[in-house]
Amino acid sequence: MGIDRREFLKVAGLSALFGLGGRAAMDILAPGELEASAEIPPLKKGKQWAMVVDALKMDEAVMDKCIEACHHEHNVPDLGTPKEEIKWIWKEDYEHTFPDQENPYIAEEFEHKTFLLMCNHCTHPPCVRVCPTKATWQREDGIVMMDQHRCIGCRFCMAACPFGARSFNWGDPRRVLRVAELKELNRGFPWNHNYPTRSKGVVEKCTFCPERLAKGMLPACVEAANKVKKGSMIFGDLADPESEVREVLRKRYSIRRKPELGTEPKLFFAI
Amino acid sequence: MLETALKGRQGYWGWLIFLLFMMGLGFGCYIYQFHEGLRITGMSRDVSWGFYIAQFTYLVGVAASGVMVVLPYYLHDYKAFGRITVLGEFLAIAAVTMCLLFIFVDLGYPLRIMNVIMYPTPNSILFWDMIVLNGYLLLNIFVGWNVLSAERKGIMYPKWVKVLAYISIPWAFSIHTVTAFLYAGLPGRHYWLTAIMAARFLSSAFCSGPALLILVCLIVRRVSNFDPGKEQIRTLGGIVAYAMILNVFFFLLELFTSFYSQIPGHMHTFEFLFRGLEGHGRLVPWMWTAAAFALISLVLLIVPATRRNEDTLAVACVSVIVATWIDKGLGLIIGGFTPNPFERVTDYWPTTPEVLITLGVYATGFFVMTVLYKIAVSIKEEVGA
Repeated sequence: MGIDRREFLKVAGLSALFGLGGRAAMDILAPGELEASAEIPPLKKGKQWAMVVDALKMDEAVMDKCIEACHHEHNVPDLGTPKEEIKWIWKEDYEHTFPDQENPYIAEEFEHKTFLLMCNHCTHPPCVRVCPTKATWQREDGIVMMDQHRCIGCRFCMAACPFGARSFNWGDPRRVLRVAELKELNRGFPWNHNYPTRSKGVVEKCTFCPERLAKGMLPACVEAANKVKKGSMIFGDLADPESEVREVLRKRYSIRRKPELGTEPKLFFAI
Repeated sequence: MLETALKGRQGYWGWLIFLLFMMGLGFGCYIYQFHEGLRITGMSRDVSWGFYIAQFTYLVGVAASGVMVVLPYYLHDYKAFGRITVLGEFLAIAAVTMCLLFIFVDLGYPLRIMNVIMYPTPNSILFWDMIVLNGYLLLNIFVGWNVLSAERKGIMYPKWVKVLAYISIPWAFSIHTVTAFLYAGLPGRHYWLTAIMAARFLSSAFCSGPALLILVCLIVRRVSNFDPGKEQIRTLGGIVAYAMILNVFFFLLELFTSFYSQIPGHMHTFEFLFRGLEGHGRLVPWMWTAAAFALISLVLLIVPATRRNEDTLAVACVSVIVATWIDKGLGLIIGGFTPNPFERVTDYWPTTPEVLITLGVYATGFFVMTVLYKIAVSIKEEVGA
């Protein structure tokens, strides 16, 4: 590396002083070496994470599995009333998924089709633009991330999201542990002891499971979907022409929600 | 000067005690909301802003309207308004105080409010709204207070106060423009996504605020020895008339674009507000009430005889306030969220604790206003203005 101990300490101290993490210090000392030296699972390297839902392979039974997997993974409780509903991933019919694609003569197959919805992880996310505390922001890999521990609960992001992807904790989500009828609805809550708990008054949404990606695992919904029906959900790097998502998108006709708004959703429906 | 607020007649104290009672009630409900979360309100995933943010929006207008007495005095040297600029500024202080409180009670996690300053985010309009609102509050406190204390001492206010007064004029326009930008830049909310939003906000502000000021002037004349003046009230009446005409005109422009183009997304909210959508029509009687009051106010304001008669002018002012309050304090926010991004309709109506918290904030604003007006009026009486 060509630096001695003394020099290393100097740079490390300086970078600590300026609040740079170990990673940044490594970049100064030996750019690129960290990536090269560590054993990195392929899912960590994505630049533009995207999801394709194969609307032909997908069915409601698979969707239910996805929803359960996600909501158990992230301890999303069922609060028993639509008024306080929190959902990271959910089902919606054609008419309401694509309200701007109204067509009274659409093929019957699609008229009654149900679609699996979640955060679109837009390339130009309006929610990130409006957040006054950077509690929601876009990661380098394109994921629109949410810090529920910085959020002040102003709900500007919910007004800004044209896809209704964001939910608010109107009350304390942990009350499902205390209230009898909610206990009944959420047996086993919290299902995942490793996922951070939330408090009342903060916004949350789908995050494409970065904590799983970091371990080289697929998002919980994708894993669940492919267990039941292989290829019903595809996750991968849009920036990589060789990736599976790109291959599917090359071959199949795909649609996105409200493309006219220019947010560039990264959730595709192959039809 | 504060000591003048401590001497008053029975009516003054009775009014303050009533306001304190309402503040206490609101505060009690807020403690409940703080404990339970915003689930005690009528808001939901689909209508995620409600009564609080609507009142905030309405009151930003009232605050901005202070400029309607400040501008003619400082920029056009319209001497008559010199008597009442301080009333406009003190009204603005009370209104901005309420605005800030409404934002606060709407927050899900109010203890983290300083995050807005700790992690400043210039791409968020809310960040700028915080800056312009607090700036406007400070400007009005400095200008109002210093001009009044100079008046008491019988001297001219210092030059720097005049500089601040000049700054406060474009600043007043900025608070309501920035507040309109909160809504007018959001993709997918058709009712809000319109370039005329800021202009609509300003026009409704410049009729509703001066209308309130006229009513307050009439009350001040009745309860004190200070007369804000016939000419002043008459000029304000003219301002209200022009602004209300513009306000209704801008609204009609929206209607034209929506219904002549026949684009469904642009018509939905209007249908929801005035006819009901998918069986949801809770706001329909309210919106038609607003339309009726707008019409009454226009007639009373346009006909010279009724505009110049202080009794009918008062009726016109009340009508303007009712019409603009329903338009902005109910229709704007609820309508903006309806239908939701899936084109479904979710009902919203404020709950009792939500209304009581709202009344508590209003009581706080009126408390601030009463005390400030008491000070201003006492000093005006003292110097025999």
